[in-house]
Amino acid sequence: MTGERRIRVPALSRVEGEGGLFVRIRGDRIDEVKLTIYEPPRLFEAFLRGRPLEDVPDITARICGICPVAYQMSSTHALEAALGVSIIPEIRTLRRLLYCGEWIESHCLHIHLLHAPDFFGADSGIELARRFPDEVARGLRLKKLGNELLEVLGGRAIHPINVAVGGFYRVPRREPLLRLLPEFERGLEAAVEMTRWVASFDFPDYTRPYEMVALQHPDEYPMNEGDVASTNGLRVPVAEYERQFEEFQVPHSTALHSGRVDDHRAYHVGPLARVNLNRNRLSPTARRLADEVGLEHPCRNPFRAIVARALEVVHAFEEAIGILRAYRPFTPSRVAYEPRAGGGCAATEAPRGLLYHRYALDDRGLVTFAKIVPPTSQNQRQMEEDLRDWLPLVLGPDDAETALQCERLVRCYDPCISCSTHFLTLTVARE
Amino acid sequence: MSTTGGAQRSQSPRDAVARPRKVRLAVFKFASCDGCQLSLLDCEDELLAVAEAVDIVYFLEATSRVESGPYDVGLVEGSICTPEDAERIRQVRRECRYLVTIGACATAGGIQSLRNWADHEEFLRCVYARPEYIRTLATSTPIAAHVPVDFELRGCPIDRFQLLEVIRALVWGLRPRTPRHSVCLDCKRRGTVCIEVAQGVPCLGPITHAGCGAICPAYGRGCYGCFGPAAQPNGESLVSRFVSGGISAERLVPLLRNFNAAADEFRCQSDRLQRLGEGER
Ligand code: SF4
Repeated sequence: MTGERRIRVPALSRVEGEGGLFVRIRGDRIDEVKLTIYEPPRLFEAFLRGRPLEDVPDITARICGICPVAYQMSSTHALEAALGVSIIPEIRTLRRLLYCGEWIESHCLHIHLLHAPDFFGADSGIELARRFPDEVARGLRLKKLGNELLEVLGGRAIHPINVAVGGFYRVPRREPLLRLLPEFERGLEAAVEMTRWVASFDFPDYTRPYEMVALQHPDEYPMNEGDVASTNGLRVPVAEYERQFEEFQVPHSTALHSGRVDDHRAYHVGPLARVNLNRNRLSPTARRLADEVGLEHPCRNPFRAIVARALEVVHAFEEAIGILRAYRPFTPSRVAYEPRAGGGCAATEAPRGLLYHRYALDDRGLVTFAKIVPPTSQNQRQMEEDLRDWLPLVLGPDDAETALQCERLVRCYDPCISCSTHFLTLTVARE
Repeated sequence: MSTTGGAQRSQSPRDAVARPRKVRLAVFKFASCDGCQLSLLDCEDELLAVAEAVDIVYFLEATSRVESGPYDVGLVEGSICTPEDAERIRQVRRECRYLVTIGACATAGGIQSLRNWADHEEFLRCVYARPEYIRTLATSTPIAAHVPVDFELRGCPIDRFQLLEVIRALVWGLRPRTPRHSVCLDCKRRGTVCIEVAQGVPCLGPITHAGCGAICPAYGRGCYGCFGPAAQPNGESLVSRFVSGGISAERLVPLLRNFNAAADEFRCQSDRLQRLGEGER
């Protein structure tokens, strides 16, 4: 057929999980852009039914090995809402510390091993390390500090074992946390240098009219709490989430898409959305650094999400240092509760963006309903719309080069396909 | 189906891994959470050294470099849940001279094997409005149920130091070895007071394969079996002890049906308990 071209990326690399990309072009019209997700569905929402509520944080952690804490946090908060449990301030603070560890680990992995290689035409972080040995080694050291914090607080970095509904199985002693303090103080300085390096990359001059969505909290940078807010002026309690956002299914994906309820229009979640909606609540060093490196406010350039991610690493180090200094062990490590029938929901800020969970329980404490909306499902529609807009700008005679440019855009979102299945191969068809 | 390493081939890694040429390593993913392959990227201190010692020629999560097989060593994460994957694992097996499964998904079927006990169609309808768009199998099965496996590394997630040990052994052309005793023994080594004895908390430590470092009891909770059954586990006696101690089948069945639910010993015991529980009602 004349004039039809198909470009396929059968398997996206440097993303978490399995997916591809398919583009069909007729003449100079982009006919179809699909993020195809063939990650096999694991059906978490189905098999959670009938499980004791205590199992939920451990099971939902297994949705994603890169951000298990996010699943543990959204699930415990949703279950606590269902049980009418209010946690004590000490538990709340220790949960923020745990989230700092995961943000550091996940963001440093994405920045150095998955995303930065794109700015230098490198295949991998390992190849990038040949050209930037000090920068990559610094990134790995920072990542390791995040993991060390997770190990002390959670028992291990991947699928921590210490998170319980109501709090923690055991609160850490002071010494192992204090031992981390000098390393974290050096880590903060290194994170500032890392942010300056990342902000010096060559970014495409490209912006999009996003509606960005993130939690917003009156007096802190959002992690576990806040209202759902958007750059279009939306601000509602988390309990209203499902009245504003809706999941729907498309034939080419095992991941559900998510859009605004009224017209299924796309929205954008993640570090860029968080910084845009909460810039004045970043830690003092991160806030000054955002100005110093010249991050626009609001920033609508998806490629600059890597700068937002780096700023959040700085924030997480600075906040963690404050918590580590002030930490004293406390009792009880978890708030007691009685099982009761009811439902509850919660949203927390996973490294990749807002993560919503809702559960219903019976009077014996067994789960009767579960709904999980991961950040990548929410970004999927936005990624497809971005690609539609980006493609005419990068479309050249060479399909492989075009595909590469598309992959670059997708990787800005740090998509986690394992999460969203319940997501991607670029396949481009030109006709 | 064997899930406890019974399906090992007699080929020695020394024949499999031709030296002194660098070992060509590939990492494959099936149904999983990516946590086990992430363990390799979590070896922050060793990652660049590993990348020097072996040639990582296929590892989609970490590199855009994609070289075709054959590979000397294939690390396989995840379980088989779709007809396409059942076909793909055969292809992967043909391309890998030495195949190592990493983690509970690949060695036992993972948490997603809970579908094996359920009405699969109903499960699909629960998650998807249009289940007809989704092609999956009614079961989640370990890699060894489909192709011969040369070595199985346990855990949900695997322990990164054990993974480094396996890679080190294969680089030297040696058969990898990991300890097969129970978590119970590691608790004694750590000096953790037994929480089953002291607090009556049901704990799978006596029948669970070592590798995690016995972390759960040290954090005040019972072992929930991330590493699957240990060598010669006596699940029947452990379960009987729990039952006579007044712990209900309703509590024990979900404990056994976790990330290694479909591993032989755990499956037998949870099924037996379920029958027992149904008898009580
Ligand atoms: S075994 Fe556990 S950690 Fe490993 S891929 Fe499966 S769910 Fe993830």
